Amino acid sequence: MAADEPLVLGIETSCDETGVGIVRGTTLLADAVASSVDTHARFGGVVPEIASRAHLEAMVPTIERALKEAGVSARDLDGIAVTSGPGLAGALLVGVSAAKAYAYALGKPLYGVNHLASHICVDQLEHGPLPEPTMALLVSGGHSSLLLAPDITADVRPLGATIDDAAGEAFDKIARVLDLGFPGGPVIDRLAREGDPKAIAFPRGLTGPRDAPYDFSFSGLKTSVARWIEAKRAAGEEVPVRDVAASFQEAVVDVLTRKAVRACKDEGVDHLMIGGGVAANSRLRALAQERCERAGIRLRVPRPKLCTDNGAMVAALGAEMVARNRLPSDLELSADSSLPVTEPHVPGTAHTHAHDHDHVHEISKDNLYS
Amino acid sequence: MDTATPAVTVALHDGTSVIASSGQVDARRHGELLLPAVDRVLAEAGTKIDAVTGVVVGVGPGPYTGLRVGLVTAATFGSALSVPVHGVCTLDGIAYAAGRDGLEGPFVVATDARRKEVYWARYEDARTRTGEPAVDRPADIAQAVAGLPVVGAGAVLYPESFPDARGPEHVSAGALAALAAERLAAGQELLEPRPLYLRRPDAQVPKNYKVVTPK
Ligand SMILES: [Zn+2]
Repeated sequence: MAADEPLVLGIETSCDETGVGIVRGTTLLADAVASSVDTHARFGGVVPEIASRAHLEAMVPTIERALKEAGVSARDLDGIAVTSGPGLAGALLVGVSAAKAYAYALGKPLYGVNHLASHICVDQLEHGPLPEPTMALLVSGGHSSLLLAPDITADVRPLGATIDDAAGEAFDKIARVLDLGFPGGPVIDRLAREGDPKAIAFPRGLTGPRDAPYDFSFSGLKTSVARWIEAKRAAGEEVPVRDVAASFQEAVVDVLTRKAVRACKDEGVDHLMIGGGVAANSRLRALAQERCERAGIRLRVPRPKLCTDNGAMVAALGAEMVARNRLPSDLELSADSSLPVTEPHVPGTAHTHAHDHDHVHEISKDNLYS
Repeated sequence: MDTATPAVTVALHDGTSVIASSGQVDARRHGELLLPAVDRVLAEAGTKIDAVTGVVVGVGPGPYTGLRVGLVTAATFGSALSVPVHGVCTLDGIAYAAGRDGLEGPFVVATDARRKEVYWARYEDARTRTGEPAVDRPADIAQAVAGLPVVGAGAVLYPESFPDARGPEHVSAGALAALAAERLAAGQELLEPRPLYLRRPDAQVPKNYKVVTPK
């Protein structure tokens, strides 16, 4: 770790985790997280107002915990980064307001960054600098997308995304049908290990020859699994929970990995990054490994704690913004619940000319891979 | 600073008087407006944030999303600058301002709580609240406060229930800071900087999942 690498504190409040991370360049120094997931569990999903209230309570203590964990002084920071979107509007606003106040009080540059780009950039803390371009599969309760990132600070291109439910949402819904509680991912992963993934042939959405090659759909799968379970129950038969979990999970990860590997081949990218909460799924990791190996693709998946929402990922992207001299955000920075993935950060308007940003997207695809 | 009403208001107070202040009314942009307002006020006063020795923030009651902007900003300033952060009930700030405008007690302060309700409290005089702030439908409290002047946007919004409506409509940070300075000088304790929501979050425990098999 070089002392001249940027020291950045990152704040993440887009959903139910209040995360504050500190990194120096691509080295993780602290990753403090306060979660309100237990409060949401009895509601079967994240309740936005409960999440926002919890963020306000946890914000300053989590910042202070992260600084202590990192053993650095706030005065030594080179920048403050914060998720400015996408996410829950009220929840984002708590983090953005805190980050602005912190940056202003300390006289540090502020970087409002994109949550999805952060999910990709976090892998720098695990496996070192990202190759350019990077192919990323992001899967969580809120998003399922395939992204191609020639430059994580300035150029992220969506190749495909879910047209209905996010992958993690499907896990939550099936867990609910099976009465397994919330969140559904970890418990289905655990039960599936004791089940037969081939027991039931559930449908693979959007995998026909005429379907969009990189888009996902999990709504049909969810309905099909629920109907299968209901039919068993209606017939008075016991539901083979482990086999259902394994077969459902297999349908999800089969589609995810198949499409991700295909995108790598089509775009000539020789490695794949997987991030987001669902990247903690053991079967997704195993199948992705197997298929990537077969295709000669190098797989990069951060450890589970860095896959779920956290502040370290925001700090990682913030550090990259500082390292590449990207323009900081200004004090008017707002929370944008639908910030497009094509905007890795929200530069200030003060001293820029408006078209700066668009030019980056005009670089022809061929230039990037030559 | 206070963000518990549609006003985004910031003032710098030196313990004796207000040196600079800013007030903008925009119920939807608290997050964007607050920090630039802080910056403007400090610039107008010719000073920097490091010179601030304490932060006073309105703790509401007020619509939650906006309210939290002021509270988290104040708390973060407190942590970054190592200075104390004090809470003051937003309705107390409005009462204090009404008193300075010449209103004598008793009176009521009411702000807009949305959903056809008001946040309100009774005042003996401009500095003395009697009882805790509450949230109610105007018609439900009209009788209890009949004959009293009612100060604030909550009064202006519901003239049938509050015929004697008075200004100011929103809180000003100058009044909030002056009240806090007065109380601190008198050795009185201020509130913890924690939000007065007065309502539980809207959330329902789902009964069961929706059966998808067609009947
Ligand atoms: Zn996420």
